[in-house]
Order: sequence, then structure tokens, then C-alpha cells
Amino acid sequence: MSTLTQAHEALPTGTWVEDPVHSHVGFEVGYATGTFRGSFAPFEARLQVSEDGDAVLSGEARADGVHVLDENLNAHLLSPDFFDAERAPVLSFVSTAIRRSGSDLAVTGELTIKGVTAPVELVGTIGDPFSHLSGTERIPLRLEGTVDRRAFGIDWNMDLPSGEPVLANDVTLTAELFLVKE
Amino acid sequence: MKVLGISGSLRRESHNTALLRAAAELLPGGADLEIWGGLRGVPPYDEDDDAEQAPAAVASLRDAIAGADAILFASPEYNHSVPGQLKNALDWASRPLATSPLRNKPVAVVGASRGAFGAVWAQAELRKVLAATGARVVDGEVAVGHAHERFGPEGRLEDEPLRRQLGEVVEALVAVTRARELIAA
Repeated sequence: MSTLTQAHEALPTGTWVEDPVHSHVGFEVGYATGTFRGSFAPFEARLQVSEDGDAVLSGEARADGVHVLDENLNAHLLSPDFFDAERAPVLSFVSTAIRRSGSDLAVTGELTIKGVTAPVELVGTIGDPFSHLSGTERIPLRLEGTVDRRAFGIDWNMDLPSGEPVLANDVTLTAELFLVKE
Repeated sequence: MKVLGISGSLRRESHNTALLRAAAELLPGGADLEIWGGLRGVPPYDEDDDAEQAPAAVASLRDAIAGADAILFASPEYNHSVPGQLKNALDWASRPLATSPLRNKPVAVVGASRGAFGAVWAQAELRKVLAATGARVVDGEVAVGHAHERFGPEGRLEDEPLRRQLGEVVEALVAVTRARELIAA
């Protein structure tokens, strides 16, 4: 029984890196008219699992790789009001703990945005390694977490005529990763 | 370091233009302030005219912004807001947003008015507008209220606390601009 439990809690050993075509890192934030979604490309993601079970998940994206479907908003997101791409060109994440139970995954780590590092908790799922048509081994991983953007100094807002702020403070971060074994 | 001064007032005896001249005196060594005099000539924004060949006054504004390391704005307040001609000029300069010369440009805002509040609302709105253009808005405010009583016959800013505040804003603008030069280096 203990062997089975261990197998369910262990992460697959090795170094796993993003498949850029099938992976996606994005964010969602409530805006007056609905939800605004954006993504970052390119980005790097890496899961490193040693033989003794130590695991670190890390990732990096360039601020100027942010993409939303509005040219003017895209430009505004790069400015000092938001990501301040000139001063803080890179966003990064590094895990401090990873817990797996079956297909459930919980990751805590340090997220750096706009030069400010703050803790973040991500939860999601992980699949077992499978062989791709190309012969490479890969694992699917999905994570989601919510941060208050103000913790990173992104406090821009404007009031609607009703007095309500136009942009929510809570931002949901999403990562759907297909990691390929190196 | 070249600091461009843009006054929101067109008036010959403008207190805001005088405020820019006072700021020029307070700049640290190695930095010069040049007051841009083309505001009156900027036509009303019309997207039909915003073609490859911009109107000459607009091209001159965009060149002046691109050629400056930083910009100091001094604005009066009309009806609790930014004078239309200044807002109009920024609308021209900000387009297209992704490549505008205002992007990441260090800017600071000060203001003067004959009333008691020294154009604080216009200043706040101008900072908001500048941030929307992608400029790097430096913290700090100088609100010269009762402006007609604050300048001497030679146009000198006579109020010492205000001069000190103006010096602090100018120093902050220069510091942010130097930091930007370091990033670029």
C-alpha cells in the first residue's frame, strides 16, 4: 500500500521543459465590461525532479511578451501604469514547495512581477508521463492561482460613473503546461 | 540632459511659463531646460490628418518630445481640468500609442493658478493623461496658488517654500531620467 501511495505522491524524476506550442500562460481579470484575458508568449517553464524527490517548478516570461486583443491596451500594459516593461522586463516564478496527491497538485512559490516578489499559491492537476508521437515523454500540468495585483505595485484604476472601480484587484493566473522530458 | 518645458498656457505673461523658467534655474548642473513654444500652432486632433505626413506643428512637437530626455509640464486649470489645447497636443503626441515618443518618457507636472489651489485638479488630470500615454510620471507636486502674487517683477518665483518644492520636483525628474539612462546603457 505504501508503495502505491508513494507512487501517487511522487513527481516524475528528470528535467521537464515547456512545449511552447501546446503550453499557455495567461491571466484573467474582471473589468467593467466583463473579463479581460491576456497571455504571455514566449515563456519558459521547467520542472526539475531529483531522484530523491526534491522538485522545483520555475518559469519566466518577458513583460513585452504580454498579449491582449486590444492594441492600445497592450501598449498601456507595458507602461509604468502596469508591468513597466522598461524597468522590469522579466516576470518570474519559482516554487518553494510542491505537493501531489494523485492527480491533484498544489504549488507554493515566489512570483516576481514589476520587480516585486510576493508569495503565491497555485492549485491544479498533473497527469502521468505519456509518450508523444515524436517519441518524447511529456507530462500535462494545469495550475491556477489568484493574486492581488496591488501586491506587485500594479494599482492603476479608474472610477466608473457609479463610483465603482473599473478594474478588479484580484487577478487569476493560469498555466496549462505540457512539459517535455529533456 | 535635455529637459523640455511645456506650458499649458498660451498667454504672454503666463504664470505657468514663468514657473518653467523658475524650474530652469533650479536644475542641477548638466541639465538644461528648453521651453517649447509651439503649442498655439497645433491643430485640433483629427484622425484624417494623422497620416504619415503629420501637420508641421505636430511633427515639431513629436520631434521635440523624442529629442528630450525628460519633460516638465506646467499647467493652469480651466474648469477644474487641463486646458484643451494642451490635452489636444498630448492626444496628437500619444498616437499611435505603441510607438509614441511619450512612451517611458520621464515627465513631471507642476501648476499655477490665480485661485487658491494652484491648479491641483488640472495637475491630477494631466498626470492621469500622461500615464495613459505610457509616460513615466514622476511623483511630486507644486501648486502655486494666487500665482499673480507669487512672482516678482522680473518673473522670479518669490515664495521660498514653493521654490524648494519646485527644486525637489525637478531633482526627482532628473534622478528618474538618470536612472533610465542607466537602464539603457
